Amino acid sequence: MLSRVADSIYWMSRYVERAENVARFIQVNLQLMLESAEGQGQQWLPLVNTTGDHEEFEKRYGAATQENVIQFLTFDPDNTNSIISCLRGARENARTVREIISSEMWLHLNQFYLMVNSAATTKDLGSAYEFFNDVKLASHLFTGITDATMTHGEGWHFCRLGRKLERADKTSRILDVKYFILLRSVEDVGTPLDDVQWAAVLRSASAFEMYRKRLGRISPKGVVEFLLLDRDFPRAVHFCVLAARDSLHAISGTPLGTFRFAPERLLGQLCSDLSYASVDQIVNEGLHEYVDALQSKMNQIGAGIHETFFAFRTLQAPKKPAKLSGQ
Amino acid sequence: MKFNNYELAEFFDEIFGEDGRPRAAARTLVKNIEDLPAGELLNRQRAAERALLKMGITFNVYGESAGTEKIFPFDLVPRIVSAAEWGRIDRGLKQRIKALNLFIDDLYHRQRILKDSVLPREIVLASKAFRQQCKGFDPPRGIWCHVTGTDLVRHRDGQIYVLEDNLRCPSGVSYVLENRQLMKSMFPQVFAASKIRAVSNYPGKLRDMLEFLAPDHSRTPHVVLLTPGIYNAAYFEHSFLAQQMGVELVEGRDLLVNDGYVCMRTTKGFERVDVIYRRIDDDFIDPEVFNPESMLGVPGLMEVYQAGRVALANAPGTGVADDKVIYTYVPRIIKYYLGEDIILPNVPTYVCAEEKDLNYVLEHLDELVVKAANESGGYGMLVGPHSTKEQRAEFAGRIRAEPRNYIAQPTLALSRVPTIVENHFEGRHVDLRPYILYGRDIFVLPGGLTRVALKKGSLVVNSSQGGGSKDTWVLADSAVPDREVAGNDLHPTASAPPH
Repeated sequence: MLSRVADSIYWMSRYVERAENVARFIQVNLQLMLESAEGQGQQWLPLVNTTGDHEEFEKRYGAATQENVIQFLTFDPDNTNSIISCLRGARENARTVREIISSEMWLHLNQFYLMVNSAATTKDLGSAYEFFNDVKLASHLFTGITDATMTHGEGWHFCRLGRKLERADKTSRILDVKYFILLRSVEDVGTPLDDVQWAAVLRSASAFEMYRKRLGRISPKGVVEFLLLDRDFPRAVHFCVLAARDSLHAISGTPLGTFRFAPERLLGQLCSDLSYASVDQIVNEGLHEYVDALQSKMNQIGAGIHETFFAFRTLQAPKKPAKLSGQ
Repeated sequence: MKFNNYELAEFFDEIFGEDGRPRAAARTLVKNIEDLPAGELLNRQRAAERALLKMGITFNVYGESAGTEKIFPFDLVPRIVSAAEWGRIDRGLKQRIKALNLFIDDLYHRQRILKDSVLPREIVLASKAFRQQCKGFDPPRGIWCHVTGTDLVRHRDGQIYVLEDNLRCPSGVSYVLENRQLMKSMFPQVFAASKIRAVSNYPGKLRDMLEFLAPDHSRTPHVVLLTPGIYNAAYFEHSFLAQQMGVELVEGRDLLVNDGYVCMRTTKGFERVDVIYRRIDDDFIDPEVFNPESMLGVPGLMEVYQAGRVALANAPGTGVADDKVIYTYVPRIIKYYLGEDIILPNVPTYVCAEEKDLNYVLEHLDELVVKAANESGGYGMLVGPHSTKEQRAEFAGRIRAEPRNYIAQPTLALSRVPTIVENHFEGRHVDLRPYILYGRDIFVLPGGLTRVALKKGSLVVNSSQGGGSKDTWVLADSAVPDREVAGNDLHPTASAPPH
């Protein structure tokens, strides 16, 4: 498979996953705000933090009102991580590999983009809940169509690799940001509001129901354990990195448990780390530090994948890059 | 919708005869359209437009912000060509391509046609598309022009003329295939009732032709399609053809020359490429040989090509034969190489490089269509009757400064086809671009792109200038078995009709 094509497929699927996660964060927060009206203050800034674009937001918008944050995260074409930018990125990447992916995937992604684009032009958030739900569903549908219509070969594995790494990244971020806020005021611990907030964290990763089935009572430690370490829940970091590892090895042909390329080694280490981690240890040593280290490892893995599979191996001096993909 | 108030005016109409009755070949179609429930045709027209947008079948417009996409407007009323008429077009195009290929080959070798003074040497060799770099080169299998799109028009006299040869990178065939697909889903019953020849085997034929060119060393030829990238106006087509042929779509930056071979950069290292269907002009394919500024091409490609280790379609240097001045000589070219009279005539053309023609052109600018010899896509063109005095003065200056670069033709009264305008039919002018493949033999796709000038009275059919398209139905002789069947057969693997 062409390096450029692999690159585009990987980013196409990362961008779709990113849009879905942003939509879910907003949707959950919208609901949460409805329930915490009395004096709790609007908590919209943390959402900006989850995408890591805090500075840019402050510079251009100032106050973190509901309206500003939703505009910034949903329709702002200059925010590279807004839903509209993600869809544009996904579609542009898909357009360059249209002959590689299935027609059904392209058709759906194009419609997905047109749907978000038309919402962006009207900017009508009267039906915000439905809109964010539609984004989420469209992303799920894209994943389903991909699985059902594309040969599960190299291209599909790049698709899955991108999606799983993106999802692991986003789950760890929402956990990090929320944990920090919720445990800041110790007096809140154990209050009904606290429960509502933790449930919202779980909902941000569509994890509420599955958590209940698995661990029952909601506790901060339980939430950390479930979202980071669960092997079976599809949005848990551990689940995601295991799937990413399988795809990476399917692409390279290297047997599991061994490595030839740097990202294989890093991803393998991350998997075993999560496999043998204990939640008590993580919380005692500091969740934020743990997640920080986790994210820096995932960034290294991303860079390693780029280096190993996408970067142009040239015989002469490399030319000016005209790349569509990027963080 | 009925054709009651349809006006024929003083033009040739492809669907209706002079007496206002449908032509024999169009009778079934007219009846079927008139039998549709009221409003149904308009519904289907709108459904077709929505489908095009949803499928992302769009083209990019130069000069507008990058990535601005428009759908290529599509009109549901097809153009119909009878079996007998198509037979003549088919023979005429095969004759023309065969002769042009011999001409190009001669021009880069002994130049017999110039030595015999059949054509004026200085005018021919002054063509901007004549490539010194190709002299003495023998392309794989002796073929230069593998893919051609020849523009045909019908004048008021009912005669079909060749308007232009496009031997470089003719585009539009993807619209032929998609239009057909759309028509089949919109009008399955009309399809079933008519005997329409299939176009869906084009990608398969194209792939066969490309594989035929592969160097002998490769047992399973590795074919790729080289595109300038997603901002090119025809990107959709490049991607579509690559997908339909099942070959890799590559950009210049995906390829490199390694160890005497052209290779592509893959996730598993370098992989050899045997045949490149390039949709990039000569100027840009190799910065070491042609335009050194080009970022689109592959440095060193020409060296590999000339060593016979990779095939290119079309062959570099082919463009010389679609120079509009050379075009005027095609009747002589056919006579010289084949000893035959031309089957499909040229439009009478004035060559400004010849003095008596030049004077005539300058005196009759208000009646003529003037074209730059080396441009395409409707650019660099003056339509005399629709021009202002200032435009004519400006063009006269340009022609005097560089007479070799201009030709002129009488303004043709292009034939018309009924076209949906708001809620009724009006005649709109059309041309026709059939596609010809030259591989093991010469294949003319039975159909082609019917481009339609959607603006009332306009004669310019180019998509960049307000043109749209229609499906082209070539009727099958009862003896010819390759009927189009309703259903999805765009994919080569689907049950294709026998050929």
